[in-house]
Amino acid sequence: MELAIHTDVSANARVNTQGHTSKPHKVTAEGVNVFYGNKQALNQVNLDIPSNMVTALIGPSGCGKSTFLRCLNRMNDVVDGCRVEGEINLDGENIYARGVDVVHLRARVGMVFQKPNPFPKSIYDNVAYGPRIHGLAKSRTDMDEIVMTSLEKAGLLDEVRDRLDAPGTGLSGGQQQRLCIARAIAVEPEVILMDEPCSALDPIATAKIEELIDELKENYTIIMVTHSMQQAARVSQKTAFFHLGELVEQGDTMDIFTKPIDERTKAYVTGRIG
Amino acid sequence: MSDTLTHSERIEAGLAKRYRAEKRFRLYGIGAIAVAMAFLAIMLAAIGIRGIGAFQQTEVALTVVFDETHIKDNNWQAIVKNSMYKKFPDVTSRQDKRLLTHLMSSGAGFYLQNLYRADPSLAGETRTVWLTASDDVDMLMKGAIDRASLQSERRVSDKEIVWIDSLIADGALELKFNTHFFTGGDSREPELAGIFGAFMGSIFSLAVCFLLSFPLGVMTAIYLEEFAPKNKWTDVIEVNINNLAAVPSIVFGLLGLAVFLNFFMLPRSAPLVGGMVLALMTLPTIIIASRAALRAVPPSIREAAWGMGASSVQTVLHHVLPLAMPGMLTGTIIGMAQALGESAPLLMIGMVAFIVDIPGSFTDPATALPVQIFLWADSPERAFTERTAAAIIVLLVFLVTMNLIAVVLRKKFERRW
Repeated sequence: MELAIHTDVSANARVNTQGHTSKPHKVTAEGVNVFYGNKQALNQVNLDIPSNMVTALIGPSGCGKSTFLRCLNRMNDVVDGCRVEGEINLDGENIYARGVDVVHLRARVGMVFQKPNPFPKSIYDNVAYGPRIHGLAKSRTDMDEIVMTSLEKAGLLDEVRDRLDAPGTGLSGGQQQRLCIARAIAVEPEVILMDEPCSALDPIATAKIEELIDELKENYTIIMVTHSMQQAARVSQKTAFFHLGELVEQGDTMDIFTKPIDERTKAYVTGRIG
Repeated sequence: MSDTLTHSERIEAGLAKRYRAEKRFRLYGIGAIAVAMAFLAIMLAAIGIRGIGAFQQTEVALTVVFDETHIKDNNWQAIVKNSMYKKFPDVTSRQDKRLLTHLMSSGAGFYLQNLYRADPSLAGETRTVWLTASDDVDMLMKGAIDRASLQSERRVSDKEIVWIDSLIADGALELKFNTHFFTGGDSREPELAGIFGAFMGSIFSLAVCFLLSFPLGVMTAIYLEEFAPKNKWTDVIEVNINNLAAVPSIVFGLLGLAVFLNFFMLPRSAPLVGGMVLALMTLPTIIIASRAALRAVPPSIREAAWGMGASSVQTVLHHVLPLAMPGMLTGTIIGMAQALGESAPLLMIGMVAFIVDIPGSFTDPATALPVQIFLWADSPERAFTERTAAAIIVLLVFLVTMNLIAVVLRKKFERRW
């Protein structure tokens, strides 16, 4: 039985390893199954995510890529009837093991959502929220510094320096999304998850976010879901292609887009299915 | 096909009809609002016209001698009588004298007593004092008793009218602002009856009701909406809460009588118990409104907080609750307004008693504004009619004030996302 599953796994997750060698893996998923009630959303996903790189999860709608992303910081825990099987390891430790604290996990694995969702508070308080609840700042000046550095890293500081007390919801869509990124990096996570971070933004705001993601990968491991294959090609070093709840193919972005092994990947990246 | 119209022509032909239908629909709406406003205006006007009289009270200026023998006997009414006899020296027969003293309220003596208590040096002095006239005189002054009608059909005789007219001619009988109505407690004499006792009773009851139902209701809503597992038990609880909102209020009164009074032996007629019963009644309203408010908070805010590593309690307290607060306050104010206007449950726990004293604490016997209205509406004296209407005005002003406070609070808490 065990053997059968293993052969099955190797059959459905093809690893496109032509070319480059990979860095050490920050996150590894082994045999991940996700169920919403009786419906299986992910089927035996095995995926290795290298540190300090951008990994793009691509695939048609409903393929399970967002579901997989949300498993990485256990956001699915709060969904009624959602069940996760298998192992997801962060630095070699299973985050679904007994005794793992989700609050601690989410401080290590930050998240940026599809629709910018700043808190209805001031820009300052938005960024300061994470450090505040986790007790990261020892003093007021400490906090000021964290907020400023985070806004700086998110490329937002110059635009909001003189109105830190203004509500975060009053910013433009692209600025709001960068505020959300600043909020996420304020707690110095190790991994940042991004769920289609640019889908609600115009091309100029998108370009800024992409540029930012490229800079952030120096310090963080970034995993992003995207619907735009151009975006995946532009910003990611690794790509994983999901289809109907299965991880079809993973590998270097260049290889996935230029020399896909699987027929379905080829069909998707050339625009025939999706 | 006999139909040779093009699409565009067919659409054009139908347009007029469509616009007519739209216009009609709008007219129905305006009509409905107009009817509703008209009824509201009629109601307010009727109450206002009837009640405005109670804010004035007929008073008589009398030259009062603070006779020391009467003070010693504590016979204050005798002082009032003597003043009247002095004012009308021509009245000599026993019967007429009695009639004459009936022009004054029985409260006039108490008023003099209070004056003396405040200033004992008045003993032996002579002062001109404005004293409350009887309710019959008051009604005559306000036109509720018709002078032109037959003597046998009115409560004020021709003789009395002559005396009253002579007092008016002297400038010794006037309608003055009725402060006593706003500062006094209930009385059997309409000219002495005030609303303040019932007002305080309502304030105390509502305070208890708010302190119990708001925290309980909000906590229940938060737990059910944010933390409770969705299973059979929570379904049962939810159905029961929704049903409780529709239970007739008198049933809550009976419950209060059986549990709070008979089992826990809490004091009868007390605002404490009244507030507890009203809280039972208000709770379902607050819970339902608060849950709706929580549900209306966009899930993206919760996700953002969870994603930052906030615990469930932090997510609720820092983000969800502040956003839901305006809605919760709206629900609370609706519940409190209901509680303010409720009389049936209060009848069951004895807050319908005739209470003259103004309650000073949560356990003093008291009544409430709607119950006071009910009591006065039930009283036979003509002068209670205007007092009933005036009490309704006070109740409505109280209600509007409460709503205004809620609106201000809501504006203060409101945040946009």
